Amino acid sequence: MSPLFDTFKTRAEAVSAEVHRFGTRNEALDFILAFLRAEGVADARESRAVWVAGSLLDGVDRERLAEQIPGLTFQVTQDAAEASKVGISQIEWAIADTGTLVTDAAPVERRLASALPVIHVAVVPTGAIQPDMPAALARIHPSQSGYISMITGPSRTADIERVLTIGVHGPSRLVIVFVDELGGNR
Amino acid sequence: MSTAFKESIHSAVNNANLTGALGRFSEAYRIGRAKAYEGIDFEELRTRIAEVKGSAAAHLDELAAIFTKNAEARGAKVFRSADPQAVNEYILNLAQQNGVKRVVKSKSMASEEIHLNRRLEEAGMTVSETDLGEWIVQLAGERPSHMVMPAIHMTKEQVAEIFSKEVEERLAADIPALVKLARKELRTKFLNAEMGISGANIAVAETGSIVIVTNEGNARLVTTLPKTHVAIVGVEKLVAHFADILPILTALPRSATAQLLTSYVSILTGPSPNPDGSLKNLHIVLMDNHRGDMSRDPAFREALQCIRCASCLNVCPVFRLVGGHVFGKTYTGGIGTILTAWFDELKKSEEIQGLCIQCGNCVDVCPGKVPIPDMILELRRRLAKRQGQSLKEKAAFGIVNNRRLFHAMLRAASTMQKPFAKDGFIRHLPMFLSGLCEFRSLPAVAEEPFRDRFRKIRQTVSKEPSKEKVAFYAGCLIDFAYPETGEAVVKVLNKAGLEVVFPDEQTCCGAPARFSGAYEVAAGNATANIDALLREDVAYVVSACPTCTVALKHDFTKTFVSLGMTGSVARAAALAAKVIDFSTLAKKLVDEGRLTLVESNHLARITYHDSCHLKKTLRADREPRDILGKAGYELTEMFESDICCGMGGSYSLKLPEISAPILQRKLTNIKNTGVDIVATDCPGCAMQIRGGFDKDGAAVEVRHTAELIADHLEKVR
Repeated sequence: MSPLFDTFKTRAEAVSAEVHRFGTRNEALDFILAFLRAEGVADARESRAVWVAGSLLDGVDRERLAEQIPGLTFQVTQDAAEASKVGISQIEWAIADTGTLVTDAAPVERRLASALPVIHVAVVPTGAIQPDMPAALARIHPSQSGYISMITGPSRTADIERVLTIGVHGPSRLVIVFVDELGGNR
Repeated sequence: MSTAFKESIHSAVNNANLTGALGRFSEAYRIGRAKAYEGIDFEELRTRIAEVKGSAAAHLDELAAIFTKNAEARGAKVFRSADPQAVNEYILNLAQQNGVKRVVKSKSMASEEIHLNRRLEEAGMTVSETDLGEWIVQLAGERPSHMVMPAIHMTKEQVAEIFSKEVEERLAADIPALVKLARKELRTKFLNAEMGISGANIAVAETGSIVIVTNEGNARLVTTLPKTHVAIVGVEKLVAHFADILPILTALPRSATAQLLTSYVSILTGPSPNPDGSLKNLHIVLMDNHRGDMSRDPAFREALQCIRCASCLNVCPVFRLVGGHVFGKTYTGGIGTILTAWFDELKKSEEIQGLCIQCGNCVDVCPGKVPIPDMILELRRRLAKRQGQSLKEKAAFGIVNNRRLFHAMLRAASTMQKPFAKDGFIRHLPMFLSGLCEFRSLPAVAEEPFRDRFRKIRQTVSKEPSKEKVAFYAGCLIDFAYPETGEAVVKVLNKAGLEVVFPDEQTCCGAPARFSGAYEVAAGNATANIDALLREDVAYVVSACPTCTVALKHDFTKTFVSLGMTGSVARAAALAAKVIDFSTLAKKLVDEGRLTLVESNHLARITYHDSCHLKKTLRADREPRDILGKAGYELTEMFESDICCGMGGSYSLKLPEISAPILQRKLTNIKNTGVDIVATDCPGCAMQIRGGFDKDGAAVEVRHTAELIADHLEKVR
């Protein structure tokens, strides 16, 4: 029933992103917590998780979440992100026709959480999907953000014998969690 | 060409890893690129890019000033210099002032252009490239062989070897494991570096932003983790407005790697916070290094429209054989030849400009609309002018213009078989007819040239004699080697009720001279031909050689303009208006109902080879197929029908080591169709392919489209 989401999903999956969609914030939260457990997130080096708070966490007791998932922190420092397997951040916009996420990455936590860990979980309001790049760049401009990041699928290279290999310097998995209830930034 | 250069070509074309990887890539690229551009009007897109970048190239100083003001207003420091050494010193000082010991770099061609790494390393710093391919090449102590895929010339075994040395541990040639190792090794370097150096794909004057496009994610780390970030930006990366990044971001990933978008696009405007909360020490270096000079030269300004996608390399039939190292400098391939001539010096392009076979493949795919083959010819002209022509060359061009003497010499050469020593006089003839080739047989030079046979043709104009006459322009190959093609043309045109005249004063079209940079000779040819062909009032000037047709229709004017002979341009235009290639004329006559091709039952199965000039310049790829189909020939398309056969006029003599493998691919593609007739509209291609099959022994006939149509008319009479 939402052609923009369908297009986004097709395009993003074509570049090896994983796309999920939930109606409510609670469903999305449950999914993320289950995901962190399944990935074995724990209080050990390279097994931790960092979470850059976004509107998904509004009104959520973060201390309780951190208790539920040992190794999960909301204090996103370079060291914490580097020691993490999973980085979670909220993303403001998406582009359907290329399967791209667009975010104001000037806050350094957002860059650390999406660049250093092996897995990046991106939380996106379903209503924030734009049809194309011109529409997305009409919503975020260099005058508002000193570091705009566009992310399309996981990090990749074909530098050795042109064989596509996922996960070089950035994450090897990009897990995108759309949440209808978060509305959008249209 | 120097022995060293010839040797580098020889070792490249005999490097099976290299040619294998590049060959497979070029085939996959063509398919991938087409898919990536589905639903996009490429012509419209590249017109926008050419406008945006062309206008920027015309206002470099202005845009640099606006960029500087806006970037500095946001807190970046901008350093602008025309001098590469000043750029190196600026970055070195900055590093020293900030106590930098370790530098991480994401891809920057501009830094390679000025040998920045060497300068920093000499000062005791450790500089690590972090783009995987660049790091491999750096560890190997080599230069990138491709702008987008720096290590495409290496196998995984070689990479494993290089990495094994670096980590002092025996590694298997397993690509995912090697990539993982690179991640681990380089991650440490990212975390410890005090300075990050990046390039930029676009710089936006209006906002003071730089745009960086990557797939690996290294640029995000280079611009985030170290406290100081230096972006080195060639001034040609400037665009006026933020909206101008859209067409470039649409084309660059599609053309470079056949992606809809790269994994990461970062738009940086002013310093952003460091991980510790402090603000980034951001320096943007706007580097000129002769780009300003290029912008002031009308023949080269358009080269600044390049977006560095490397698609000109990926579609080049020569590049896929030799790779990037033979170019010897930072920039490789067609555009690299031009950039080297400017960023280094004209002299440095002397040998590499000779690699261009002028097929025009790159022109079709360039998202910046850079006329690369024309610019390479202009380099050739300037080099030839600077060095002067040798006496032998001058004498040779003189003979070419004396048609009957030239024919007699060729005939003698042909009948005596190798009468001239390889290094002798005839080698300097800019004429493919004279060459001694080991990989292809030469045609027998006709006993009587077409110009003499023409007088004996009894033209039977079957319909009511129309008032229209057509002048036939033969060109060297039809005149001297393949007169039967000329006779076929006359036959077909007669059938359409047209009388053919042969202006006897016509001479060489000048293409060999022009392709050798001898523009004065080409201009002399042009003037003689214009006089000859405009003497009689004819409806059309038809040629059955696409190279000659292009010369008559386009190059005469270009040559005059290059030489400042503006007074001759009007007559060249008058001739150009009448010039038409055989197949386009035949198709037109069919459409007008003047030529009837009755579809006879199943004449023969054929395949068709597109000559470069016919398809890329004259844009006639449908016309020959249409008329051959109408006549009842059954067409089986070959793979890469529109890729050059390796002839390129005297190219096949100057660089037989490249021409031969290109021809070999063509022969294989033809044989794979299982068809035993290959049609083409170009006598040059016919000569190359016939010569190849003659050596090869396969029973494949090569026929000019005009001959096949004439055969058909014979049969249905």
